[in-house]
Order: sequence, then structure tokens, then C-alpha cells
Amino acid sequence: MYQTTYHRASSVDEAVSLFGKSSEAKFLAGGQTLLPVMKQRLASPSDVIDLGKIKELQGVELSGDTLTIKAATTYYDIMTNADVKKAIPAIAHLTSVLGDPAVRYRGTIGGSIANNDPAADFPAALLALGATVKTNKRSISAEDFFQGLFTTALEDGEIITAVSFPVPAKAGYEKMRHPASRFALTGVFVAQTKSGEVRVAATGASQSGVMRVTAIEAALKANWSPAAVDGVSISASGLLADIHGTAEYRANLIKVMAQRAVAAAG
Amino acid sequence: MGVEGIGARVVRKEDKRFITGKGRYVDDIKLTGMTHAHFIRSPHAHAKVKGIDSSAALKMPGVVAVLTGQQIVDDKVGNLICGWAITSKDGSPMKMGAWPAMAPETVRFVGQAVAVVIAESKNLARDAAEAVVVNYEELPAVADVHAAIKPGAPQLHPEAPGNQVYDWVIGDEGATDAAFAKAANVVKLDVTNNRLAPNAMEPRAAIADYDAAEEHFTLYTTSQNPHVARLVLSAFYNIAPEHKLRVIAPDVGGGFGSKIFIYPEEMVALWASKKVGRPVKWTGDRTEAFLTDAHGRDHVTHAEMAFDANNKITGLKVKTYANFGAYMSLFSSSVPTYLYATLLSGQYNIPAIHAEVVGVYTNTTPVDAYRGAGRPEASYLIERLMETAARQLKVDPAQLRRTNFITTFPHQTPVIMAYDTGDFNASLDAAMKAIDYAGFPARKAKAKADGKLRGIGVSCYIEACGIAPSKAVGSLGAGVGLWESAEVRVNPVGTIEILTGSHSHGQGHETTFCQLVAERLGVPISQVSIVHGDTDKVQFGMGTYGSRSAAVGLTAILKAMEKMEAKAKKIAAHALEASEADIVIENGEFKVTGTDKAIALPMVALAAYTAHNLPDGMEPGLKESAFYDPTNFTFPAGTYICELEVDPGTGKTSFVNFVAADDFGRLINPMIVEGQVHGGLVQGIGQALLEHAIYDANGQPVTASFMDYAMPRADDVPSFNLSHTTTLCPGNPLGIKGCGEAGAIGASAAVINAITDAIGKNNLEMPATPDRVWRTIHAG
Repeated sequence: MYQTTYHRASSVDEAVSLFGKSSEAKFLAGGQTLLPVMKQRLASPSDVIDLGKIKELQGVELSGDTLTIKAATTYYDIMTNADVKKAIPAIAHLTSVLGDPAVRYRGTIGGSIANNDPAADFPAALLALGATVKTNKRSISAEDFFQGLFTTALEDGEIITAVSFPVPAKAGYEKMRHPASRFALTGVFVAQTKSGEVRVAATGASQSGVMRVTAIEAALKANWSPAAVDGVSISASGLLADIHGTAEYRANLIKVMAQRAVAAAG
Repeated sequence: MGVEGIGARVVRKEDKRFITGKGRYVDDIKLTGMTHAHFIRSPHAHAKVKGIDSSAALKMPGVVAVLTGQQIVDDKVGNLICGWAITSKDGSPMKMGAWPAMAPETVRFVGQAVAVVIAESKNLARDAAEAVVVNYEELPAVADVHAAIKPGAPQLHPEAPGNQVYDWVIGDEGATDAAFAKAANVVKLDVTNNRLAPNAMEPRAAIADYDAAEEHFTLYTTSQNPHVARLVLSAFYNIAPEHKLRVIAPDVGGGFGSKIFIYPEEMVALWASKKVGRPVKWTGDRTEAFLTDAHGRDHVTHAEMAFDANNKITGLKVKTYANFGAYMSLFSSSVPTYLYATLLSGQYNIPAIHAEVVGVYTNTTPVDAYRGAGRPEASYLIERLMETAARQLKVDPAQLRRTNFITTFPHQTPVIMAYDTGDFNASLDAAMKAIDYAGFPARKAKAKADGKLRGIGVSCYIEACGIAPSKAVGSLGAGVGLWESAEVRVNPVGTIEILTGSHSHGQGHETTFCQLVAERLGVPISQVSIVHGDTDKVQFGMGTYGSRSAAVGLTAILKAMEKMEAKAKKIAAHALEASEADIVIENGEFKVTGTDKAIALPMVALAAYTAHNLPDGMEPGLKESAFYDPTNFTFPAGTYICELEVDPGTGKTSFVNFVAADDFGRLINPMIVEGQVHGGLVQGIGQALLEHAIYDANGQPVTASFMDYAMPRADDVPSFNLSHTTTLCPGNPLGIKGCGEAGAIGASAAVINAITDAIGKNNLEMPATPDRVWRTIHAG
């Protein structure tokens, strides 16, 4: 790791102010992505501004049909939260299979989506549930937020403060873990909104990051059952391929994980 | 058996310090004035080093020196050696290119060091290394063994035309051809034994400390065999004569073979310490471990097995290409020859065997012994062949094995090895019973109804341990003898120190070796300590590998104990005014048998050291040593059976049951044996399902971190069902065979046999990743 200056911000405003004063600052949430990259000397921020202790970025709120998870809430706190389990149990499940216990105690929802790793779990949930990303400046729909591999709509110095999820009628998440890294080799989040709309999002699969799977959405809209996906054909074109999963295999996983997610959603 | 004697499940003495963080590893050692080394390594698989500009780095804070490959050559430090000479079938010696500790002219694999920065701290050394400019001229590279032997392939070493190190044969080709000519059935199989990265938990490390006044070096290093390291560093690398070089291998966090070898980093640290006049420390990081620790396996093999009409094996033909990487590591040449092809008879009567092994250079990390070293490759091949044969001949795989088992001993195989004893039916029976083999078809049918593909796979392995009779290995080309030495020191107050040339790096020697003393003297193991891993303390030793420490190292201790006991009995008999023949040792006392006359061990020891009243002519003291050279290899054997399910949607494998019935001869500490088997099985399963060190066509490593290289985790493996069937090894007085590698040798075939049974397709390479299994299920 190169030399850096660490700051612990006590408020979002202070974090923004510190960012403005630094030459090449990075925000630090749970550190599950930034710190390993810094240790490998692949990132050399002049300043690291820790958002993890900012009180206004902590916690979960359930208000009517909206579940709001503040950005610096850890995966562990999300998966054990009673409101999450009650309103969107699929999110509790997703966080319970995200990484390992050490990751879940440190990693945060804001950190996960801000990095937009193509194999991260949370982007699939946001996209499938039609969530809204709240920042210190604005609200951004999940659709607009994720803009491709490691790319988001966030502007320089903009801080995610929360994610709001409309509570769905049904939702489920299933994934195949990468044998080495344990990230999602492919994960699929399925959701049926209270108005009957169906949204399906896959992570780990596409070269462009998290993606909607419209063919499966159409099949499930007609018939919400695993069997409805049997006839769907997923193209391997544009999908990721590496030593642990060919594009064809990932195409298969999109289908199989979608079926299992529907079964889990009930 | 006493409560702490042979056969007792004694809790490991060493674990108190390990689990409380008090282990003392090389990286824990800090010497006054110590500097830190950071190596500059080639990013290219094959390149000329055109120039190294260290002028900017030398101006950076804390930099002591930047040393290059040319300087180490100029200082006449020797090239790395390969310690086992192999002769090709045409009678020519193996062909090797030079391996300097740092490359002066040509780099041949990614990660090969070209220079080293010595600085006041690790970070300063790393910072400065980024400022060293190395000018490379890239050369074409080759990583695949078949590509490397093609005409026109990039050539690594002028000494080895066609990238061929040797073309070696064993067995009777004429007899084997005759057997195939008469065969009723022939079974053919192509298999790849995937390349593995060893990944000991502790990375390699070294601290070199040169004392200019004494012209003496001390090297602290992560070694499985510090005496061998000293021997090689002295005799071949011109570092220092043996009496001017002390090698200390303190606590070592796992080796699996990878810490047998003497690596460039230790040599450079020693040389640099003298050059800069200060201690030099190097601790590798995980990336360096992936790039530079000797890899394991990497064979490509075609094999054919001939059967008569009664399903008896009549012949075996094997041709193997072994990928050695870019240089010949210390024992690499012996692994695919004498440690592999000599085990190709498996547990079976095979009248004729012929095997040919072609050793090949490629632009990859050097390959050498890794847990099992040749025997996993042999066992995997034979057990995949047996399963393939059972399918082709439409007979039960267990029955086919039984039909061909060797049942009388000793048994001379056609490939050198003479098996001393064993009972292969007993271990097969035990494993089949443990897994309820007869009930499998019903379980398979039930799994099918649940949408799962269930399979069962058998693996009957045999291996050779306790290496080895020195005369025998010498005649086969080994550069060293493979005996072991020990010394027993009874202190004046009766406590005991055992000095051993074996080296524990996780095996629990500090407990098991004490158990032999407890067994023989009836003293608690708390009165005994084990001294190892220091060339200044222990007279000599050949180290720990090849599951040899109990069969060879402990036997050496036994021999020294017998000498010590004989002297102690003389002292006791003198003190008790009894006949030496009437003295027995019980519960820490020397007793006159049939009487209540006794003298405690501390009193005997004290008498030996005060020397006030010893038998006439007896030397004072109570300390004896022994060298023990085994008379034969030992032959651990057993049966592993794996039952698993494959998810047809994802190709993912889930274990249902895994049973192991091993014959290790006598067990000293069954708990430690079980731990060894667990670890070995996990490594075997890791090879079968997860692990693969991969290079792209240009020799760039694709799996140089745990993000890409899949190590087995606890939830990847089942809870194992272990048992033992025992035939005592006749070759050593304790009847020990060895248990350190069996799991890694036998497990992978059981897993692949089970998966191929589940999916109904025979051809499946390791690692059987979900992707690969899914594609195999859905292929053609």
C-alpha cells in the first residue's frame, strides 16, 4: 500500500468538504473493494475519507410500501434486520449469501453499488426491484444508475446516502458462486411488483455489468412459475467468459438461476 | 500402550504455541541491522534482459543496494542444480539448461527474478523496485507441453533441443507388446493431470546473516530439510563451506513438497548479506508464491490396458509428457520417472508394463514434488483406467479390481517396486461396507427421482513411502542417500531430548516422536522434547517429505533409544547389583524383573553424569545417536469410495459420502493420522474439483491469486468417514508405512470416477468444475 491520509468523516457534509480539499480522494465504506486494490498498489488515493461511521448513513426504515436501506448499513445488519426480513426477504437472503462472514460484517450496500462490480449481488436486486438510489445531490433510478462495468451515474464527489426499494409482491434471488472468488458467477434476482409487473436482473453474466433479462420477464409475466422459463432461450453473445465459466455456461445459469429464484419466491 | 504411548490419541504438544499465536516463523524473526529484499521479477514468459537501470532507485530513501543477475554470475555463485540424474532411452544423460539464481541474460518464466533491491524496510524496497528500469526484448514463449515439442516451437535452452529434457523408459516393451497382441480386450484412456500451485499457508521466507569476523553465515529459512539445504548451498552454490553455514528452519507453516527445494531467493539473500554487510530478509507474498513456488503434477498421458477373456489384466502401456516448466528444480527429474512409473502396477497383478516419459521444458514456473509427487499421477491414471475398463467390459468396478488384486506377498512388480505386504481385499471390503456399496443402486434411483445425478467412484491406491534405501536410490540416479539420523540425550535430571533430522512443518512430530519415548520408558511426554530444524544442533538429517518421518526418522530414533537403553540398563544393573539381562524398563523405572528392586530413570541418568559409580570402563554420560537406512520402501495402500450428486442444471457436485479405508501399518497417534488423511483428501478433492494453475498460450499465468485459483474451502468437502485395516510393515521394527500423502494420492480418482458414473460419460478432465461438468453432460 502506498502512503495515504485517512479521514473519518462524521457527517455527509464533512465528507464532501474533505473530498473537495483533497487532490485524489477516495471514499471508503466497508473497504471490501478499495482496500485490497490499495494493498496491491493498484490504487493510490492521496486521501481516504471513511464514511463508515456517519450516523445518518446507518439503518433501515420501512415506511408503507417502501423499504429504505441507508448506504453505510453493513450486509450483516441488513440480513438480520426485522423490517428487511418482513418486507423483502429476498434481500435478507441475498445478503446472507454475499461473501463470507468477514465480508458481511464490513461490506455495505452503498459500497457494493458504487463500485458496480459486474459480479456483485446487490445491483441485481436494485435493478429487478426498480429501486431508487439516493445521493447527497439527487435521486437516481437503478436503471439509470448502473451504466456498465464498474461505471455508475455518480459524479465526482457524490455520495450515496440510501437505497429505496418498493416492496414487491414476490421476489427471489439465486446465484452460482464463482469457485475461487465466491463472487456471483451468475446471480439472478426475480421480482413481481404489486401491480403485476415482472422484472428480472442478472449479475455476473454480462460484459456490460448487471442486466435485465427481458425474455425471462415476458415468460414469467405470462406464467409466474419455474416451468415457464423452460422454453426461453438465452443468447451467449455479450456474456462474460473466463476459466470458471464459458459464455454458454453463464447463459444456462441465467435460466437455471431464474427458475430457482422463482421457486424460492413462491 | 501407555496413556501417552504408541497408539494413543495424544493432543498435540505444539498446538498450544500455534493456536495462541506463539509460533516462531521466519518472518517473526528480526535481527539487529536487518535489511529487506524485494525482487524485481520478469513480467514476460520469455525475454532477453537487455539492460537494467537502477540509477534512480539507488537515489531513493533507504535503499542500500540494487543487485543484478550479472553480479551474481560475476561472483561465481553456482547455478541451481537438479539432484537426480535421469538417463534417456538412448543412453544419453538428461539435457539441462543453466538456472542462475537471478537471470543475467534471459528470463524464461513470468516471475523469474532479474534483480533485487535491498533497503531499510520492505516498503522502501518495494518503492525503489518500481524505479528500477529493466529493458526486455520479448521472445516467443510456449506454455503447453504438446506445443513445446512441435517442430518450430520457441526453444528455451540450447542444451535441450526440441525442449526435451529426457525420453525415459521403464519395463519390458517386447513382453508388453506381446500381451497386447493376445489381448481379448484393450482399454484406452487419455488423461491430463492438472498443474497445481502448492499454496502452503506460510509463504516462503529467508533471513541471511553474514558474520564477517567469523566468515560465517546463518540462514533462517522455510525449509523441510535444512541439512539438505546446507549441503546443496555449500557443495554446489559456493556460498560457504558447511562448517561456515548454519541453516535454521524454525516453525514452518506447511510445505507439501514446495519447501524441499533450495530456491533462488535463499541463495540471493546469503550472497547479498555478505555484499551489503548486514542481515537481509525476504518474505514472499502470495503472488510470489503462485509465481515461484515449484508447482506440482502437469502430466499429459495416453495409456492402454490389455485384458484377457477372464478380465485379468495382461499388460499396460503408458506414454506420459511431463511439463517441467522453465528449469529443472531440485528433485523434479525423479518425480515423473522413479516416483511415478514405478507405481504403475497399482494394487494389481500386471505381468507386463512398459512406460515412456518425455520431460519437456516450457515457459512456466518450474514443476517439482508436490504432496504425493508422482504417485498421485500414477494412482489417478490406473484407477481411471480400471473404472473405464469396468464400464467397457460391463463388470462391477469393485469386482474388476478384486479380480486383479495382488494377494500374495512379497510381490515383485514389472516396474522395480517389490511390495512387501498388504491386504487389498480387506481395505476394499471395509470401504464398501462403510459406504453401503450394495445399497447404492437404490439410492441412485431415489436421487434420480429428485432430479439429481448420483454416482459412486472407487479408488484403490498404493504408494511408496519411507524413502528410501540409499543404495537403491543411488543406483537409480539420486544424488543423496535417504537415511535418517537421530540422537537421544538423557539429561542428568532424567529429562530427554530427541534430536532428529526429520523436520515438522505441521505433521506433529513434537508429539508423535515423544510417544515412542513414552512407550519405551514409561515417562510422560512432558519430560521429552524434540529438537529439529537447526544444523548446529542436529548432527545431520535428510528432512521430511515422501511420508518418511515415521517410517525412517522415528526408526532412527528407535535405534538411538535402543543404544541408550542398553547403556542405561548396564548402569541400573550395576547400581542394583543385578544382572543386566534381568533389568526391565517400566513406568520410568529400571526394575529387576520379578523383584521390587528398582531405580528411577533420573537416578540412572544422574549416575551416568556424576560417574561416581559406573561399571568399570564405561564412559560417562547418557547420549546415543544412530543413522538408519531403510531396507525397502514402505507401501501404504487403501480404498477410497466417494458417493456424490451432480446437479444437472449447473453441473455442480455435492458430496453425499466419502469413505477412506487405509492401511498405514502401525499408527503412532491415530488422531494425528486422521488429520493427515483429512488434509490429504482435501488436497486430492481440490485437484479433482477446483485447483488448476493455468497459463495462456504466451505463458502468462491466469491463476496467480486466490480470486482465480480455487483452493478448497471447508464447505467444498464432505465430513470424511475414516477407518483402518492394518498389515504391519515388515521393513521396519515399528511396522510403520506412513500416512502423509495417501489422501492426496487416492482421492482425485474416486471423485472423478464418481462424477463420470453420475453423468454417464467417461471422459472428464480435472478439475471437474461445474462449467466443465455441465458442458460434458450436454456435449454430443
